[in-house]
Amino acid sequence: MTTRTETVKHTRDSADARPMWQVVLVRPEVMTFALLVGAFIIASNLSPFFSDAQFILESSTYYVEYSIIALVLTLVIISGEIDLSPAAMMALSACVFAALYQAGLPIGLAMIASLATGVLMGLFNGILVVVFKLPSIIVTIGTLTLYRGLAQVLAGDRSIGKFPQWFNGIDYRLILDVPVPVIVFVIISIVLAAILGTTVVGRQIYQVGTSEIASIHAGIRVRRIKLGLFVAMGVASSIGGLLTASRLASVRYDMATGGELQMVLMVMLGGTYIFGGRGSILGTFLASWLLVIIATGMTVANIAITAQLIVMGALLIISIIATNAIYARTQR
Amino acid sequence: MSLITKFLSTLLHRREAGIAVMIVLLALVVGAIQPRFLTLETLRIIALAIPLILIAAMGQMMVLVARHVDLSIGSILAFSSIIAGIMFRDLPEVPIIISIIAAIACGAALGFVNGVIVTLFKLPSIIVTLGTLSLYRGLVFLVSGARQVDPQYIPRSLIEMSQTSPIFGIPWIVILAFVIALLTYFFLDHVRLGRQIYALGSNPVAAPLRGIKVVPLTILVFTMSGALAGLTGIIYASRFGYVNPGITGVGFEFTVIAAVVIGGVSINGGVGTVLGTVLGVILLGMVNVALPLLGVSAFWQDVIYGAVIVIALLIDKSVRDRSARALAAARSAA
Repeated sequence: MTTRTETVKHTRDSADARPMWQVVLVRPEVMTFALLVGAFIIASNLSPFFSDAQFILESSTYYVEYSIIALVLTLVIISGEIDLSPAAMMALSACVFAALYQAGLPIGLAMIASLATGVLMGLFNGILVVVFKLPSIIVTIGTLTLYRGLAQVLAGDRSIGKFPQWFNGIDYRLILDVPVPVIVFVIISIVLAAILGTTVVGRQIYQVGTSEIASIHAGIRVRRIKLGLFVAMGVASSIGGLLTASRLASVRYDMATGGELQMVLMVMLGGTYIFGGRGSILGTFLASWLLVIIATGMTVANIAITAQLIVMGALLIISIIATNAIYARTQR
Repeated sequence: MSLITKFLSTLLHRREAGIAVMIVLLALVVGAIQPRFLTLETLRIIALAIPLILIAAMGQMMVLVARHVDLSIGSILAFSSIIAGIMFRDLPEVPIIISIIAAIACGAALGFVNGVIVTLFKLPSIIVTLGTLSLYRGLVFLVSGARQVDPQYIPRSLIEMSQTSPIFGIPWIVILAFVIALLTYFFLDHVRLGRQIYALGSNPVAAPLRGIKVVPLTILVFTMSGALAGLTGIIYASRFGYVNPGITGVGFEFTVIAAVVIGGVSINGGVGTVLGTVLGVILLGMVNVALPLLGVSAFWQDVIYGAVIVIALLIDKSVRDRSARALAAARSAA
C-alpha cells in the first residue's frame, strides 16, 4: 500500500508547469491591483473629487504614516515574525520628542532622541524575540501595552504642542505638487523593494520566512536579520510618529490608537502571506492606496466612521482568506 | 527527605505557589507603606475589581490552552453589554433575565463566528480576532447608533448585584465569578471535553490521531470565550451602571491576557490551571487598587500591565526550557 502511493508520488514529482498567464495573473498583487481599480471607479462615481489626483494625494496624508510603517512590517511578516506594537511605538517616540522639546531641548536634538527611542524600542522587541526566543505575536502585545503606557506616563492626558512654525504641517509642504510625506513613502517603497528584490539580504529574508531551520543550516544569520528588521520597525514607527506630530501640530499619548489594525491590513491586502516567506513591497504599496481610497471614499459618501470599523475588520479577514486561497492554488 | 519537606518542595515547585508568594509580598509591602491597604474596605474594593477580569479570563485561558488567542473579547463584551442595555431601555416589559440571556447568547454567537473563521480557513487566530475586534466594535456603534445607554435605564436589581450581598458581605457578582471559576475548573479537570482542550493545545498534530475532533472543539472553545465575555458585559453594566459604545471594554483584552499569563498559562498551549489564573487575576486586581493608595499616577497602570506580560512570558519560557532539559536528562538516564 505504502509503496504504491510512493511510486504514484514519484511520477507526480514534476508537475506540469503552470501556464504563463497563470503565473503572471494568479498572484495576490494582481488581486490588490484589481481591487484598487475597482475601488477607484466606484469612488469616482460616488464623488467627482476622486478623478482629481490632487484630492487623493491630499487625503492620503492621513494614512501615509501607517503606510510607511506597513512597508517595513511587510519585511517582518515575510521573515515569519509579526510586530503589533508599531502604533504604540509611534506614540511613545512622538511623546519623547514633544516632551524633550518642551523641556527646552533644541528641536533637532529632540527629533534625534525620538529616532533613538525608536531604535531602542525595536531593539527591545527584537531581543525578546531573537535572544529569548519568545513568539513575536504575543510579545509585541506585551510591549504594545508597555510602550503605550510609557507614553501615557510621559505625556499624561494633555496634548503637547507649540512646535516652531516650520515643523508643523508637513503634509501641506509640496514638492512637485506632491505632499512631502507621500514622497517619503514612495522613496522608502523603492528602497525597500530594491533591497528585497535584488540584494542577498532581501532574498535571505524570504528564505528565513520559508524555513527558518533550513536557513540556519544554509548559514544565514537569521538572528541578525530578524533583529535588524525589528529595529527597522522601531525607526519607521518613530518616523511615522514625527510625521503625525507635524501633521497634527500636537502630540497626545493616544496617537494612532488601533493603528496596528490598519498596518496589518495594508500588508495583508497587499498579498503578503501571514505565515511568512511570500509577499512583496509592490503589494503593500498598492494596498496602501487602496486603503486611502476606501477610507476617504467612505468618508466622502458620508458613511459614519464607526461603520468603517466594520469594513476594515471584514477586509482584514477577507484579505487573508483570499491570499491564502491564491497561495494554496499556486503551491507546488 | 521527610514527608513534610517533600510536601513543601512540591508545593513550592508549583507555578501557583510563586504567584501566591507574590500576592502575599505585595500585600505586605504595600501594607507597610500605606496601612490603609490592609483594611476590610480595601479588600472589598479589590474583590469588586476581580469579577470583571476573572470571568473573561476563564474564557481566555481556555483559548490559550488550546493554543489560540482571542483579541476580540473587549468588543464582544461591549456588544453584549449594549444589547442588554438597549433591551433594558427599549423593551422594559421584557424580564431582565431574558435580556441577560440574550446578551450572553450574542457573545456566544460572536465567539462562534471567530471559531468558525479560524478553523474553516485555517487562519492564525490572532489576526482573525484582530479583525473581528474592529468588526465587532463597529457593530456596537451600529446597533447603538453611537448612543450611550444611560444609568437610569439599567435596572436597579442588576446594579444591586454588585452592591448587595447574600453572605459575609461578599457581593453577588464576586460569588458569581467564583462559581464560574469553579465550573471551569470542573469542566477542564473532570470532563473529557475539557481534558481534550489540553491535549489539543499541547500537541495539535497528535490530537486528531487520538480521536479528538479538533474543529468542533476549537469552535466550542471560542464560543465559550465569547459567552463568558458576554457575561462580563452584563457584569460591566451592573458594576458601572452605564454602557458606552466607545468606552466599554476598550483595551480589556490586554488586561485579561496580562492576568492569564501571570497566572502561568503558557502561550504555547496545553499548560494552565484555573487556580493559577484566579491568583493572576487577584494579583492584577491588587496592583490596580494599590497604585492610587501609594500615590502612583494611574497612568502607570498600562506600563505595569505591559511589563507584567513581558516578564510573565520570560518566566514561562525559562520554566519550559528547564522542564525540557529535565525531560531530556531523564530520557538519556533511562
